[in-house]
Amino acid sequence: MNKKMKNVISESIRMALLLIAVSIIAFFLVINSPIDPLTSYVGPESTLSQEARDEIAEYWGLYDPPAERFMSWVGNIVRGDWGDSITYKRPVKDVISERFSYSFGLMACTWVISGLLGFVVGIISGMREGGWFDRITKYFCLMVKSAPTFWIGLLVLVIFAVELKWFPIGMAVPLGKPANEVTFWDRLYHMALPVITLSIISMSDIMLYTRQKLIEIINSDFILYARARGENEKQIVLRHVIRNIALPAITVQFASFSELFGGMALAENVFSYPGIGTATTAAAVNGDVPLLLGIAVCSAVFVFAGNLMANVLYGVFDPRIKEGVITYEHTHAHSH
Amino acid sequence: MSTHTHTHTDKKRFEFNRKTFVTMMVIFAVVYLVGVGIWGLFMDPESYAVNYDAKFVSPNFDHPFGTDFMGRDMFSRCIKALSNSLIIGVLASLFSSFIALFMGVASAVFGGWVDKFVNWCVDLCQGLPHLVLLILISFMLGKGVNGVTLAVIFTHWPSLTRIVRAEVMQVRSSQYVQAAYKMGKTKWQVAATHILPHVIPSYVIGLILLFPHAIMHEASVTFLGFGLPKEMPAIGVILSESMDYLATGKWWLAVFPGLMLLVAVVLFDVIGDNLKKLWNPQSGNE
Repeated sequence: MNKKMKNVISESIRMALLLIAVSIIAFFLVINSPIDPLTSYVGPESTLSQEARDEIAEYWGLYDPPAERFMSWVGNIVRGDWGDSITYKRPVKDVISERFSYSFGLMACTWVISGLLGFVVGIISGMREGGWFDRITKYFCLMVKSAPTFWIGLLVLVIFAVELKWFPIGMAVPLGKPANEVTFWDRLYHMALPVITLSIISMSDIMLYTRQKLIEIINSDFILYARARGENEKQIVLRHVIRNIALPAITVQFASFSELFGGMALAENVFSYPGIGTATTAAAVNGDVPLLLGIAVCSAVFVFAGNLMANVLYGVFDPRIKEGVITYEHTHAHSH
Repeated sequence: MSTHTHTHTDKKRFEFNRKTFVTMMVIFAVVYLVGVGIWGLFMDPESYAVNYDAKFVSPNFDHPFGTDFMGRDMFSRCIKALSNSLIIGVLASLFSSFIALFMGVASAVFGGWVDKFVNWCVDLCQGLPHLVLLILISFMLGKGVNGVTLAVIFTHWPSLTRIVRAEVMQVRSSQYVQAAYKMGKTKWQVAATHILPHVIPSYVIGLILLFPHAIMHEASVTFLGFGLPKEMPAIGVILSESMDYLATGKWWLAVFPGLMLLVAVVLFDVIGDNLKKLWNPQSGNE
């Protein structure tokens, strides 16, 4: 118990340090950009005099040394002031929380659907290795992994929205409908295509992983012994296979937060869904430094949360780690 | 496959055939990719010139991939775009792999704080979602060709670094390496003469399997508008342009360019996976 707590704490400290380093790097990448935040704020056609520009830059602290700017930025963030977004003319915190609420639904649905579907399909095709179902799903998943996310999004759009007209082409709510009349079903209906796109993509990883693991396990001695005892396929899957694969599969699913975020950003741009992904591109296009930084830090926290969850899950559930026989690094090296 | 029933000689011939087959696949993939790269490089820009008389022609014999809103032939434009993507992808992953090779070998040979530092850099690089990091770097460098190329270079080394490091770890404690140390060789000499040659096969395979990632990420960043400029034929540009016309049923603008990219990526995987089979004596006998 004590040791487990110590693991969790040291892991958390390591991740906190990394998070700080990530924000330092993000900050210096953004402030070194040749895109002038002042120009993007007042607009390129502004007739503002040079003196007035200098005054604003002075007020914003654009002439201060980078280290000082970083410290004041961090200080503000800690105090809860994330600055104002140039693109949306609102506080960054409001923009991010509103956008994230849209994206969160998208990612949560994708995460659950792709995880369950990938796991089940992986088990079915692994149990019948070389069969027609296995071959079709395997090649399909390998294809999907080789295709760019946004292209799959475009294909889904062409097939389901343009040709079949089953789903709307984009946006999160029906166009021209007042916000207070938008129902839950409207939201769900508009979410369907991005979720389908992302699920197809995320499913491939978890399916191929589950299948690979299952084939490894099914060829091991204890399964042979179970067969010799007279257990049937169903018993083998339920008693031995799932118990051995579920944990690594869930871990892989948690560790995929980084991919999920990137895929979401692309899918949102394809379906013009007003989530954090479209906000990221809008921020970068408009040179919206405060928003871009805010999103970078939030996305890093998101990825770290996934990794932390994966590590903790292993520590809690894997009996070998619990008893200190092997460390997390060992299992981690295996899963890659 | 029912190879169990074959006689000994049959089996031998089968293995020979398989090896030839694998080699043929690799050669075919290389020829295709190099061919497209060179074809695009020396392509006459006239072949995808603007022609307002032939706007939105759906795929036919003259224009296998149709034409776009300016009447440009999509087939030529796709070849040129893919060639651009291939050249940038190959350059970027080559430089990225140099970083990985250096970091991986240094980390395993020197151990201690060097190893810790390299691992920390890997974790750091993977701390942000890949796409966000690509956008940030590209943003810092003012977008364009340089921006996206450098972004791809600086974000694709971590996975290969891990592979190289693991490979070096395997030989580090072997007797011939220890013997070299005892004979008074420095760490750099041992790394260069004894460790590096051992790592090269997995490094080359890792590099080849890196190309598709680099090309796809370049296309993604370009698609979002932070990569190659709009006037340059690129798969990302073509696909982001196509978005405006998909709703009106111009499906060919999106389907074929993406398919070309998909085929290129699959072929890189074919080369990498088959080379792995050819070079690894254990899997060669499977």
